[in-house]
Amino acid sequence: MKIRRQRDRSTPRPRRRATVLTTLAAILALVLPTSACGTGDTGIPEITLYYAPEENLPRVVEQCNAQAEGRYRISYRVLPRGADDQRMQLVRRLAAGDRDLDVIGLDVTWTQEFASAEWIREWTGAYRQQAEQGTLEVPLASATYEGRLYAAPKNTNVQLLWYRTDLVDTPPQTWQELIDTSLRLKREGRPYRVITMGAQYEGLVVLYNSIVASAGGQILNPDGTKAVFNQKAVEALAILQRFASAGVTSPSFTNAMEDDARLEFQTGNAAFQLNYPFIYPALQEADPQLAQRVRWARYPGVEPGVPSRTTIGGYNLAVSAFSEHPQEAFEAALCIRSPEHQLFSAVNDGVPPTIESVYQDPQMAEAYPMRELILAELRDAATRPRTPAYQNISTVISTELSPPAAIRPERTADTLRSAVDDALESRGVLP
Amino acid sequence: MTEETYRPQPAAEAAPPARRGRRGRRALSAGRLAEWRLGWLLCAPAALVMLIVTAYPILYSIWLSLQRYDLRFPDDREFVGLANYATVLTNGFWWNAFAVTVLITVVSVAVELVLGMGLALIMHRTLVGRGLVRTATLVPYGIVTVVAAFSWRYAWTPGTGYLAELTTGGATDPLTERASALAIIILAEIWKTTPFMALLLMTGLALVPEDLLKAAAVDGAGPWQRFVRVMLPVMKPAILVALLFRTLDAFRIFDHIFILTGGANETSSVSMLTYTNLIQGLNLGIGSTLSVLIFIAVAIIAFLFVKLFGTAAPGSAQEAG
Repeated sequence: MKIRRQRDRSTPRPRRRATVLTTLAAILALVLPTSACGTGDTGIPEITLYYAPEENLPRVVEQCNAQAEGRYRISYRVLPRGADDQRMQLVRRLAAGDRDLDVIGLDVTWTQEFASAEWIREWTGAYRQQAEQGTLEVPLASATYEGRLYAAPKNTNVQLLWYRTDLVDTPPQTWQELIDTSLRLKREGRPYRVITMGAQYEGLVVLYNSIVASAGGQILNPDGTKAVFNQKAVEALAILQRFASAGVTSPSFTNAMEDDARLEFQTGNAAFQLNYPFIYPALQEADPQLAQRVRWARYPGVEPGVPSRTTIGGYNLAVSAFSEHPQEAFEAALCIRSPEHQLFSAVNDGVPPTIESVYQDPQMAEAYPMRELILAELRDAATRPRTPAYQNISTVISTELSPPAAIRPERTADTLRSAVDDALESRGVLP
Repeated sequence: MTEETYRPQPAAEAAPPARRGRRGRRALSAGRLAEWRLGWLLCAPAALVMLIVTAYPILYSIWLSLQRYDLRFPDDREFVGLANYATVLTNGFWWNAFAVTVLITVVSVAVELVLGMGLALIMHRTLVGRGLVRTATLVPYGIVTVVAAFSWRYAWTPGTGYLAELTTGGATDPLTERASALAIIILAEIWKTTPFMALLLMTGLALVPEDLLKAAAVDGAGPWQRFVRVMLPVMKPAILVALLFRTLDAFRIFDHIFILTGGANETSSVSMLTYTNLIQGLNLGIGSTLSVLIFIAVAIIAFLFVKLFGTAAPGSAQEAG
């Protein structure tokens, strides 16, 4: 009673109601435009592109928007830099059925996972035909799941063997030769180290996968339903172990990722580096003199005379299953990965194209003096195991292989077999 | 001598009649009833919110933990009973993470208690520049954990950090080896949360009556005896609360490990493991099982503290025990 009387007497009541109304109006004003998302004021469907940071991609987007002539307008939403963070954001939003995503950039290893979870649309008809036309076989394989196409390869990547011409005359062709050459340089008291990525992460799986593929081994059965780790895959474990324990790597090998390796090679204390082509322009900028003494060769193989098979990286473009404008999204994705734009991105952002004919362009010759080698490696490249459970398999493999010097081939293979089988059946606990 | 003798307890006077009223079903007077209703009405929104944001997720994750449910294989979703629990409890990664978590919890909380007590005494006794001392002590606690963890990581990485150079001359990376990595994680945790411990302990110190200490001194007790025989018993409730808070917190350690090692080289904690399985692995079944197990472990810790050691919130009626 007392309280009520007090309230009655108080003056600010009407004003408070007005404040509440203004607040509500303000909230509505904030919410309404977003709830009408998709079409802007102009009525042109907005196609969102969720893609990793790529410096000059906005210019590609601009050109595509101009070419679309009002059929759609792409807006580039930049994902985080780290691959795990990118995947996390996409997964979280797609699992919740977020309709704000139209075109998404997927790392080559995620396509099967997203397809199996029914988060991305299959490419059919004319769109499929256009995405497949002239595209290199292995990158295209990375975008398929159960015989269907689920994405259009935007760019690819392979590692090369970089070596110092002042230390090495003929580059080694196999892992054994690489180790021997490095040991010889070590005995001679010259820079000898082989720099590459050995941290417990995806890069270690890429390293192992390349050795397995070059040896002709198998990690999974062809259907991707069962772990195999055949004799050749066990041999690959032995090679990796020998490489890590021969005394040719750097002390930070087991903690190094791509950029760490690049920086270490730039100090001039190493003879070899196994890394992606992005290191070359970076080296030319950081140490032009050293860059002149650095050449490239094919990634080392296992058997002498048998060419290596290198693991591809790269990105595919997929269309979200929850997109409200799928037709426009397919068109937008095709525009972004068109030969013209792949060339532009290759030259300006250092991401190798997935369309074979692009490599013949004169602009490529200038930006990629090693383009023939990249193309040669791409023609018989290998993909990582193509299964929806790849992320789990990768975690299991990188854990078991880390540190590589401690691998015991037969035993490690046994552990891997059962751990990977568990991962394939969503039974296992990930480390 | 317990604190009952000298601490007034207003709560104890108010509590009995209310309890008797409810248990004995004695008719409440109209005024009391109205008050009782008002009390519940005032609590209701909070209780409702708690039910929505706490009870529902807990029940939902228990439900998820009984299923085979992987976001990538939506067609394979099925009820599997306790199979996920069997998988986890027979798994080496889980027990390894559990051991790591227990080790980190026990060592860091023990060290923090000792250091925190020292800091609390300093903060309590400082006469000159008390504000400055207290502020300086609290700085680590004020820094965002992730930022602090990054600083530690760079400090321990050869090439970028002085600590790695000082200890090993930059020859190896201490964060790549299990023992040294765990030591660094514990160090970072201690550095970060000792101020929190000190703060809680300082509130306990403030409860120790000055007269009591003087009386003890007159009776011939030395500084150590005064600390052990007078201050510690009086502070016991505060110490137990501080220990409980820190133990529960330390058991759920995540950010330091996430930044420092990412769980590599068997340095995963149970929370890290849950994150990997649930968020990265998209395995809702196994992931929820892990989080339910953490929940159970935390509940057991809280139960032990409350029932065995008689921890109670400061100021509550049972505190005297």
